Amino acid sequence: MHAEDKLTYETWPAEPEKSTLEAKNKFLGFWFFLGGETVLFASLFATYLALKDKVPDTTHHLAKDIFELPLTFVATMLLLTSSLTSVYAMYHMKNFNAKKMNLWLIITLLLGAAFLVLEIYEFNHYVHEYHHTFTSSAFGSAFYTLVGFHGGHVAFGLLWITTLIIRNAKRGLDLYNAPKFYVASLYWHFIDVVWVFIFTVVYLMGMVG
Amino acid sequence: MANPQLNSGNPRVDIEYRRKKSAEEMRHHVVSFALMIFLTLIAFAAVAIKGFSAWFIVPFILLLAVVQVIFQLYYFMHMSHKGHEAPSMFLYSGVLVGAITILAFSTIIWW
Repeated sequence: MHAEDKLTYETWPAEPEKSTLEAKNKFLGFWFFLGGETVLFASLFATYLALKDKVPDTTHHLAKDIFELPLTFVATMLLLTSSLTSVYAMYHMKNFNAKKMNLWLIITLLLGAAFLVLEIYEFNHYVHEYHHTFTSSAFGSAFYTLVGFHGGHVAFGLLWITTLIIRNAKRGLDLYNAPKFYVASLYWHFIDVVWVFIFTVVYLMGMVG
Repeated sequence: MANPQLNSGNPRVDIEYRRKKSAEEMRHHVVSFALMIFLTLIAFAAVAIKGFSAWFIVPFILLLAVVQVIFQLYYFMHMSHKGHEAPSMFLYSGVLVGAITILAFSTIIWW
């Protein structure tokens, strides 16, 4: 099949994300990128674990003093749900329903944006309540680098999916843009994979001490 | 066609079969989502109930995280589907390098 093919509901392939050569390459290349992202985030986790609670003196707050369960819980639920809504979007993509796909992608974007707002509030809270900043201690640097890098990925994902929706708003689904949507949804799930380890390793383990 | 085994020669039959298949898969996704929420709740509860020792909680919540990530990768990201041999290799190579990095940083660096 070719990217320029005009397809209908009947001729839409079962795996539109891998039906053209370009799509196959995109799919493979993106998973290669995700392998690299795994190493990147693992290094940041390793740095965080090595520098956790490493503060210059007792005036600085430690992980168990600053983290709060309710905030982390709400953020986790938002991101986890946005992962499910992007699965719904890909379900409609496979059924050649561009309208419903876009609707679910917009819900995904709203949940992602809510997560990001919560994270900004959280960082602001730490800076003003606990003077826990990027430069206050090694602990602060490691924390903001790891969690901030993840937040940056969320922000990039929001821009990426928004751009895809706007760019393809009047085009409908074809074999040119279906792989793009698919790869963006993979990225979104990967963000959630990283968050699962962040809420476990940084927040929950931080509160345990 | 990407899925030759789904081809009966009658496009109408094929499309209905595929729709059923993907609707069924979507139900599985909702079930795995419910399980992921459940695992998250247990992890948060284990920390919120201040009765367990850190020696128990830390390995326990790490295990829950790993299980949840397996759901995410194999169901939501479709790694359980055919044609994911290369993606698995890429991802597990990344996990291997990452695991060695974490091991090194948390053991041999200033102990």
